Amino acid sequence: MSKELRVPTMAEAVAAGKKPEVLFWVGCAGSFDDRAKKITKAFVQILNQAEIDFAVLGTEESCTGDPAKRAGNEFLFQMQAVTNIEVLNGYGVKKIVTACPHCFNTLKNEYPGLGGDYEVVHHTQFLNDLLKEGRIALQGGKFKGKRITYHDPCYLGRANQVYEAPRELIEKLDIALVEMKNCKQRGMCCGAGGGQMFKEPEKGNKDVNIERTEQALETRPDIIAAACPFCNTMMTDGVKNKEKEGDVAVLDVAELIAQAADL
Amino acid sequence: MQYLPNIIFLLALLVGIGFFARNINKLRRNIKMGRPADLVHAPAERLQNMLKIAFGQSKMVVRPVAGIMHLIVYIGFIIINIEVLEIIIDGLFGTHRIFAPMGAFYDVLIASFEILALLVIVAVVVFWLRRNVIKLSRFKKPEMEGWPSKDGNLILYIELVLMILFLTMNAADYQLQQMGAEHYTQAGTFPVSQFLSSIMSGMSESTLILIERSAWWLHILGILAFLNYLYYSKHLHILLAFPNTYYGRVTPQGQFPNLDAVTKEVKLMMDPSADPFAAPAEDAEPPAKFGASDVMDLNRVQLLNAYTCTECGRCTNECPANQTGKKLSPRKIMMDTRDRMEEVGKILDTNNGTFVDDGKQLLNDYITAEELWACTSCNACVQACPVSIDPLSIIMDLRQYLVMEKSAAPSELNNMMGNIENNGAPWPFNQMDRLNWAKESK
Repeated sequence: MSKELRVPTMAEAVAAGKKPEVLFWVGCAGSFDDRAKKITKAFVQILNQAEIDFAVLGTEESCTGDPAKRAGNEFLFQMQAVTNIEVLNGYGVKKIVTACPHCFNTLKNEYPGLGGDYEVVHHTQFLNDLLKEGRIALQGGKFKGKRITYHDPCYLGRANQVYEAPRELIEKLDIALVEMKNCKQRGMCCGAGGGQMFKEPEKGNKDVNIERTEQALETRPDIIAAACPFCNTMMTDGVKNKEKEGDVAVLDVAELIAQAADL
Repeated sequence: MQYLPNIIFLLALLVGIGFFARNINKLRRNIKMGRPADLVHAPAERLQNMLKIAFGQSKMVVRPVAGIMHLIVYIGFIIINIEVLEIIIDGLFGTHRIFAPMGAFYDVLIASFEILALLVIVAVVVFWLRRNVIKLSRFKKPEMEGWPSKDGNLILYIELVLMILFLTMNAADYQLQQMGAEHYTQAGTFPVSQFLSSIMSGMSESTLILIERSAWWLHILGILAFLNYLYYSKHLHILLAFPNTYYGRVTPQGQFPNLDAVTKEVKLMMDPSADPFAAPAEDAEPPAKFGASDVMDLNRVQLLNAYTCTECGRCTNECPANQTGKKLSPRKIMMDTRDRMEEVGKILDTNNGTFVDDGKQLLNDYITAEELWACTSCNACVQACPVSIDPLSIIMDLRQYLVMEKSAAPSELNNMMGNIENNGAPWPFNQMDRLNWAKESK
């Protein structure tokens, strides 16, 4: 890494009398999962490059409760939510950006009813806004002319109707965006949602991520773009299963942008 | 004796409509066994959804072949009902083609009914081929074995017979008009039945009248019978699609409701001044049941959903779990909910409206835990439904019961939840290490 990451925490910012423009909600995967941490760092590199005034909660952040809720444990979800809302409201947070569609959905849709009202955006929306405001510039770089297919995360796409922001960003990279047969509203799940990430699948004749990876590989892509750390894991495993990891990379939209700009 | 046909017609009409009303009442009672739904107040948006999705068939045409064929049958159903109105007036008052004085407009009307009737026949044949010859996989899933498949075909046969009766009636009528038979005033154009009519050209007036009257009576009696068949069939969607799309979701699909009963408990736990050993007040309500294990625990919109489902299987077709061979089928979730609702309804019937425990429930006796845990909560089923049914909400309610009332989550999920509880992440990492990534090299 060329430069060290600048990652201010909310506690530091407030102590210095500052009020950051946006809170970056890192999420559990983005904090702990080795693959997802790379996405987190790529996103921070872009934020640093564009000199965005942001902060993270750091050790004060805790799971949003999403996996507990989808698994049926409403009690644990609300305990997490109420605790997080106390921290967020304590800092007077107004706007949140996150690279995880599950955190995004929960913070945006399920926290307001429990007293947590924030403007919540997914990192692809945030980056697209920066692009439109001219605060970042995108270039093809090493991806110029490559074939990229984009996998819609369920909790970003169907759940919240965000289909265009990630595609607009990808298209700015001078690449050929090739759509899968099942995309957007009809995009197929990677197999991780609803708590499946943390358990073995039920008996069947195939794993969901293998089916979805096959659909992606049908487009003969150089890169499968994802916008969710869990989709990223599932698709990466799928590509490995098909022994294609030498030919096809699975990258987050933030990684594409950071790598194209050679950050 | 001159009024005998009118009296018989009136009786048939009263019996037909009476039985239908009785069935609708039963349907209402069964839906009301559910909890009142906590609905977002958005009448304008709801009305718009109903107009677009039910009237406008906007989600049917996502699949063009089935969509266009369905559109024909749907328009046929709506338009040909104008003809039924004429038949009812004629039947009650002994008139014949009471709308005939409309002249040229009547010609256009009858002509369009005929063309639609022919198109409906074509569509019904295509539908039958899809089910029985092409054998589309979604019509051959395990939950479709037996009655559901028979039901699907029976509906097609009834529609076919009704359309043939309608055209036969017109053909005989047209022939009688040309012969100048008494009562049969010259009215209407018959672009389709004129071909049937030419077969009848050698027949005597009395034979033709017999054919015309038989077809007329069988057609209207058939419609009344079909109306009463609805309650026993998957075909209720022709009526319930409208209220169902009205009451459908107006919030983002990813937003799952927060349980109020849980919020109360959580607030109590977080309240430092609350006395944990306080005895509940005398008049306190019994503690709410978390989640659902039977149809009475579901809300009324979910139960309306179950009656509205016409078992088309688009949900199951899009379900990632089903596509990869798991037992879960969102359509089966809806069919099971309806079957159990009917079963509870019968218990209510035999016990003067009070429920007597029959040792069964929706969970386990109909829907198994294996099906529930296969769901990825991806909302593909919700998106696919052409009439705004939400199978996912039922899956989630049943999961809540399993986890919060029975502590019966798969052990890996219990580990995940234990981790969230203890260290604020689904994996066993220390919360104090949450920012370590910022100091690591790339």
